[in-house]
Amino acid sequence: MAKAAAKTAATASSSAERRPALAGRSTSATGVKVEVLPPAERMSLRAPEASLAALSKALGVTLPKAPKTSASKAGRTALWLGPDEWLVIDEAGKDPLADCAGVSALHSSVGVSHRNIAISVAGPAAEAAINSGCPQDLSLVAFPVGAGSRTILGKVEIVLLRTAEDAFRVECWRSFSDYVFTFLSEGARDAAG
Amino acid sequence: MLLIRCPYCEEERPELEFRNAGEAHIARSANMAGESDDDFEKFFFIRSNPKGIIYERWRHMHGCARFFNAVRDTVTDKFVMTYKAGEPKPSKLPKNSNEVVAK
Repeated sequence: MAKAAAKTAATASSSAERRPALAGRSTSATGVKVEVLPPAERMSLRAPEASLAALSKALGVTLPKAPKTSASKAGRTALWLGPDEWLVIDEAGKDPLADCAGVSALHSSVGVSHRNIAISVAGPAAEAAINSGCPQDLSLVAFPVGAGSRTILGKVEIVLLRTAEDAFRVECWRSFSDYVFTFLSEGARDAAG
Repeated sequence: MLLIRCPYCEEERPELEFRNAGEAHIARSANMAGESDDDFEKFFFIRSNPKGIIYERWRHMHGCARFFNAVRDTVTDKFVMTYKAGEPKPSKLPKNSNEVVAK
């Protein structure tokens, strides 16, 4: 057994190559396009109220304090997930973990870059496509541009962010990504029909 | 679908995001080892199971992930009100849920 394990490890290190789940997959229906987004840096952040000012300064984006909101600056987005929990997504290639490392105020920052994958759902029928499996009210009144929330899609948990009036970013755990992508593709077809 | 107001998200959310977590306001003894068997049984197993108003813990599992308390009618399944975890049991209940939303 030990021999086999060692062999596997050696093979893995000699071909260390990242293979993002579902890379490059996309599907289109009338009025909506579902597309897997490129990898991004992600961080799960937990912190008490007293640490927010220092963390916001270090991250370069003000951590939102209101439920269901997000803040965005220079390719970096911070989503309010709970009263002391945020998801920070950086699409500009800078690691938010490194920025938090120097902060002495109490906080917990955990890198989750490769735990999640992101899927873009865009087009006039995007709302209907997501609502095929997500029970939240996604009208512009209830879920305006910039609104973000952890919620569910079908059987799995997702983090939903509205990036434009007709565009959403769906974040899910990579082991669920096949299910989520297929679900959204079917939802898109239904929404178009 | 049932809509449940999460006191942390400050809005009504679909029931699919929530999970029930049993009866609320069950105080754990500070001296558990000194509890008699009868008292421990009451704490651990015996629940009120009323017909009508019940005080429950709920968790906004697929939302803010916070535990909170809810007052629910077991006959109509209607949520009377919800309040944050750690807050005392409400002494007076609102007449209808609209008052809670307005608050």
